[in-house]
Amino acid sequence: MLNIGQIEEGFVLDHIRAGESLDIYYKLGLDKIDNTVAIIKNVRSDKMGKKDILKVECDVEMLDLEVLGFIDHNITVNVVKGGKIVEKKRLTLPKEIVNVIKCKNPRCITSIEQELPHIFVLTDPKHEVYRCKYCEEKAVKRI
Amino acid sequence: MRHLMSPLDFTVKELDTLFNLASDIEKHPGKYAHVCDGKKLATCFYEPSTRTRLSFEAAMLNLGGSVLGFSEASSSSAAKGESVSDTIRVISCYADICAIRHPKEGAPMVAASKSLIPVINAGDGGHQHPTQTLTDLLTIRSLHGNLNGFTIGLCGDLKFGRTVHSLIRALLRYNNIHFVFISPEELRIPDYIIDELNEQNATYEEVIKLDDVIGKLDILYMTRVQRERFFNEEDYVRLKDFYILTKEKMDMAKKSCIVLHPLPRVNEISVEVDDDPRACYFKQAQYGVYVRMALIMTLLGLEG
Ligand SMILES: [Zn+2]
Repeated sequence: MLNIGQIEEGFVLDHIRAGESLDIYYKLGLDKIDNTVAIIKNVRSDKMGKKDILKVECDVEMLDLEVLGFIDHNITVNVVKGGKIVEKKRLTLPKEIVNVIKCKNPRCITSIEQELPHIFVLTDPKHEVYRCKYCEEKAVKRI
Repeated sequence: MRHLMSPLDFTVKELDTLFNLASDIEKHPGKYAHVCDGKKLATCFYEPSTRTRLSFEAAMLNLGGSVLGFSEASSSSAAKGESVSDTIRVISCYADICAIRHPKEGAPMVAASKSLIPVINAGDGGHQHPTQTLTDLLTIRSLHGNLNGFTIGLCGDLKFGRTVHSLIRALLRYNNIHFVFISPEELRIPDYIIDELNEQNATYEEVIKLDDVIGKLDILYMTRVQRERFFNEEDYVRLKDFYILTKEKMDMAKKSCIVLHPLPRVNEISVEVDDDPRACYFKQAQYGVYVRMALIMTLLGLEG
């Protein structure tokens, strides 16, 4: 693995599908914080061909990684403390995601009432199906 | 506090209790003439649906309650840009229970989440119309005798028909029901409904012509086939007679068959069928009032 600065405390998100790291950067709200973030793109990988890696220097309690489970639960979350990987977290599908994606159904109440949160609920864990809480339209995961 | 958003909100057992109450209301209307004295129902209709609104209002009036509300968005505060959440908070101060119809899907759920009073979804776009489904179930239960063990034919536009999809889902919770889908190729039942039927191991068949199957049906549920749903006029002219219920077709049906239709009908059931004792669609409208009476009482926590 490339070593772009050692992290003292934070996360190394590994096995991100190539090209998706920037999307994840925004979905995790990393653009809004002042921490050191390394986005490493197109790393060669035996398993995936190419992959992306995100390194985030931060308090490990600070980041909400639930949304990652929705985006891609195959991402490996390495928790770093004292410069060492202390834990590999398993991602699960969150039961509900709020304001991560928008409902695209033009007949949905969220299309006319802007202040409503966009809530999607996991309705079929087997097929990873999320539906809009209001109109039950299926979520389109990949943009 | 309990609301009604989808026909599946109630368990089969809870529906049984609700339908028992509705049946008792049918038999002894006098007993229930004052159970809602002093209570008010608000009908908040952001799009016109006169039949549904009047059915709700008749239900509340039959229970001794009174009604208030609006029948289209332009005559309400929504026209001034008020959100559904704000409207329901205000309505909560005026009424004890609210029936809301809205062209946008999920609007009644938004209302329910902020409401201080029970909210009934009276139709939200192409999404849900639970009191229609409850009406259909009560009608079948009352006229067929129970909700298990029959062959039901659903005829007409099975692709876009929200009423039909809801009814199928609701019936899938009962046993030994055989579904016969009668529609033109263009208006076939969607695959996701077929998937649900397969998952539940329900038996079904799909046919093009009503004539071929009418003789085996215990229940025939008719819906409209709209001209504009067809790709071309030629197909419409060629196919439309397959889906119009006539006296001749009724001659092929069982003596015990019951014919239902959510109404309003256009021409898919010829008026000559109306006098046939098996034509039950006007009774169905009556059951719509009974089931709404039972629903209002249940959501208000009132005993008979
Ligand atoms: Zn939606």
